Amino acid sequence: MEENINNDYSDFTIGDATYRTILTTKFKSRKAYSKIKIKEIHSFIPGTITEINIKAGSKVAKGDIILILEAMKMKNKIIAPMAGIIESVNVKIGDIVPKNSLLAVIK
Amino acid sequence: MSLRSKTNELRKRMKNAASGGGDKAIEKQVAMGKMTARERIIALLDENSFQEYDLFVEHAAKDFDMDKKYLAGDGVLTGTGLMNGYPVCIYAQDFTVAGGSLGYMHARKIVKIMDHALKLQVPLIGINDSGGARIQEGVNSLAGYGEIFYRNTLASGVIPQISVILGPCAGGAVYSPALTDFVFVVDKISKMFITGPEVIKSVLGEEISMEDLGGARVHAAITGNAHFYAESEKECFTQIKTLFSYIPWNNKNKAKAYPIKMPKSRTFKIGSIMPSDSKQPYDVRDVIRAISDNSDFFEIQAMFAQNITIGIARVNGETVGIVANQPMYLAGVLDVDSSDKAARFIRYCDAFNIPLLTLVDLPGYLPGIDQEHAGVIRHGAKLLYAYSEATVPKITVILRKAYGGGYIAMCSNHLRADFVFAWPTAEIAVMGPEGAANIIFRKEINEAADPDKMRQEKVEEYKTKFANPYVAAAYGYIDAVIEPKETRRFIVHALEISKNKIIHNPDKKHGIPPF
Repeated sequence: MEENINNDYSDFTIGDATYRTILTTKFKSRKAYSKIKIKEIHSFIPGTITEINIKAGSKVAKGDIILILEAMKMKNKIIAPMAGIIESVNVKIGDIVPKNSLLAVIK
Repeated sequence: MSLRSKTNELRKRMKNAASGGGDKAIEKQVAMGKMTARERIIALLDENSFQEYDLFVEHAAKDFDMDKKYLAGDGVLTGTGLMNGYPVCIYAQDFTVAGGSLGYMHARKIVKIMDHALKLQVPLIGINDSGGARIQEGVNSLAGYGEIFYRNTLASGVIPQISVILGPCAGGAVYSPALTDFVFVVDKISKMFITGPEVIKSVLGEEISMEDLGGARVHAAITGNAHFYAESEKECFTQIKTLFSYIPWNNKNKAKAYPIKMPKSRTFKIGSIMPSDSKQPYDVRDVIRAISDNSDFFEIQAMFAQNITIGIARVNGETVGIVANQPMYLAGVLDVDSSDKAARFIRYCDAFNIPLLTLVDLPGYLPGIDQEHAGVIRHGAKLLYAYSEATVPKITVILRKAYGGGYIAMCSNHLRADFVFAWPTAEIAVMGPEGAANIIFRKEINEAADPDKMRQEKVEEYKTKFANPYVAAAYGYIDAVIEPKETRRFIVHALEISKNKIIHNPDKKHGIPPF
């Protein structure tokens, strides 16, 4: 409650004006934004890789099922978001992947 | 059998039923630094006021050899008692009995005391200390939770409901506290989460301790699920008693009035809190304490979204809900968390006839991609909604900055504040002087021989002309510009004159706030 009172005040700029204030821990630990990279396929849910239909160099069409990610008792089809050549497969069968981990890259 | 032997039989049965999970389980409870369910109720309520009911309730489960098991009181104590001399309904889950697990009869006991509370129009206190659903009782256990949630919802805004988390409260069980008005947590004892560390590890492969996932501090500072944080159960009970001294017993009544006490004006000098440089911070709680009776202020969610301060105090003996931007943190900006925090509190005050005092000093909304993507539009809208729909007396004091959307949102005249006062230090304008000058005088600044000097001149020009309370006062958006030392007097009078305030919002089943 009173714990942050002696913390250093920082400069904090809003709308062209700069204020002296304490930055909250939650504010300081906010995640930086990163642009969505369409060529990188990330897991949208944590789960287990149970099937891999591609390898580096495979040619894929948009909509091809490239991986099966089993999560929450469901077999989720991971499909190619675009046509192209697989640059890398970043998982192997049996891998337990957290959310947002890189599964494969298309070039 | 004689009456005497029947009485002895009753006493024997009572002793057995009140024995909880037995000595060994109680020892374990104590080793965890926790009080037993009965000790908690006794410590919390007025002396000798607890009346227990349904002591002899037993579970009726048959599967998995449950019919061979006796669970004292089915793992929960329920009853009525007095708090600060006023009646309350209470239940406390007993972790020593089957881990406080919630079975059908356990839930029936809770639901019964909830029905009493609603019917008798008295507050409900729930002490949670439970491993979760009693798996052996299957869907009946889920039914029990559902019945509790339903009653929490119906009772919301009718009687005060508070949840005290004194142990684990996991899975579906967390939703009862989330539906109640205030959640109390205690360091190292409270644990709340939907999915525990083990499930998270097996599904995600991420390791986290129970404390880091859903400990007291996490809920008090990060999630905002908890409203009051204490270091010990004893401190927690003191907080509960303090809260109950401020709030009314149901939505038909007003909070109890106390003898009037003047603020401690030597400690909290209202005239010297505000720094002369409007970019410098100060602690808005000092302003609150310079206004409130005895300089008392009971802060709510003190560790969460600190850029807005909310809490309860008394002014002239009457309970007042206070919402104040806090320049000490993040310059007092509005953002997702602070809007959410304030909006819910405003609705609480409105539901329970507690007048609202709003202290304004904010540069605006927090800019950022994370804020926009986290939905600051819909979360920020909650604040507008809550202030607009509130029909209790609404008094606003603009201390310093009130720019742009922030000015409107902080209970402005336009959202039907009854009285808006402004200190001479108030700056009420469509946006800050720096930003405004850059837009209005863009051409002059760009074409000047020395653009920086010209910008500075124009900022000063704008400041002199608009960064004050008099433009808004000229339109009647401010009812009075007052000296800081007159603040309490103006608030006291506004509260007195608003006592019989009546406004009727349009008839409706309910609105659709941006939840």
